[in-house]
Amino acid sequence: MIFLRLIWSYLKIGLFGFGGGYAMLALIENEIVTPGWITERMFTDIVAISQMTPGPIGINSATYIGYVAVTNDPSGMFASPIWGILGSVLCTLAVVLPPFLLVLYAGHYVARHHDSAAIRGIFAGLRPVVVGLIASAALLLMNKANFGETSPDILKSIGIAGASLCAVMFTKIHPIWVIVAAGALGFLIF
Amino acid sequence: MMKSESKAKGSQLRTLFGTFFKIGAFTFGGGWAMISIIEREIVDKHHWLDKRDFLDLLAVAQSMPGILAVNISVVVGDKLRGLRGSIAAALGTIMPSFLIILAIAMFLTPETITSNPVLTAIFKGIRPAVVALIVAPVISSAKASGIGWKTCWIPAVVALLIWSKLPVVSNPILYITLGGLCGWYLTTRGIIALESSKSGKEDASK
Repeated sequence: MIFLRLIWSYLKIGLFGFGGGYAMLALIENEIVTPGWITERMFTDIVAISQMTPGPIGINSATYIGYVAVTNDPSGMFASPIWGILGSVLCTLAVVLPPFLLVLYAGHYVARHHDSAAIRGIFAGLRPVVVGLIASAALLLMNKANFGETSPDILKSIGIAGASLCAVMFTKIHPIWVIVAAGALGFLIF
Repeated sequence: MMKSESKAKGSQLRTLFGTFFKIGAFTFGGGWAMISIIEREIVDKHHWLDKRDFLDLLAVAQSMPGILAVNISVVVGDKLRGLRGSIAAALGTIMPSFLIILAIAMFLTPETITSNPVLTAIFKGIRPAVVALIVAPVISSAKASGIGWKTCWIPAVVALLIWSKLPVVSNPILYITLGGLCGWYLTTRGIIALESSKSGKEDASK
């Protein structure tokens, strides 16, 4: 049943979501995009919409994917918006539930012992993995759905990606404005 | 224990929800952008906590998986009003982005984008920019985590195996578990010596 499978996926995303929103994208890819609940293109669009709207990317993606995955279920049983809203609510609650309980019941213990070798070792081990998770999310998104299929499209896309990367790395321009500018440029050249 | 206990309790729950609702509604990008605004509201404006208490709670929120902005609202709500406070604060943080994204999901369907040539062109421009926005934190987080020549193979192998989409080895959960276990084993056995951090604040991965 689609609701239980979505809840299970989002519980895992919440429980293993170390390293912030971008690292969480790798988990979402593996749990949601790979099984085919949403397409690669929709996934990138959610990330784009998340960047342009307030709130954390983890919440934004759970809400959006909960709605879209349920209403597009191949069985067609849940196409009504009511089911979509239920999917949104359940996914959003599922992604916050494990950290909610952990923060309340284990957080103070971990914070008190943050100088112990065990806790510092765990976080030291997680750090390079988190970098790898963000890198994998970037690699997974460098695909035909996002860069186009014909060579002129691919070249234009690489140009936009290069310019955007320079803008976020070497200037203090906020990511929202990078996306707005890229959208305007897309309107002009595609 | 806290100054806040003298305040009217029901109204504080409402204020807690309202404050975090405002924070959720007006901060873009989540995470660190949200933390400084939460600090301003909680410490400077409402005087619910002093700065030291806030930094202690931030350390708790950072040490756990999940969404940092939600975690910090849970610990602040819990510190002020217990379980009910943590639920009120967490709902406040979640609600604005939930409502906005739900509206977008209902009205901006994938078909709306593909059937509209203007939107199609705009999104064709936006998608490569989004990829760039995820490449940038790879570089900044590698620098912040002190990844050097000796350790850069770890993120490289992790990224390539997840990217491979092969069964089992492409699951990120595997590497999160392995990373934590290896770090714990190597450190407690004294195989790797970590520099002692005074505050532990920079310890949590960002």
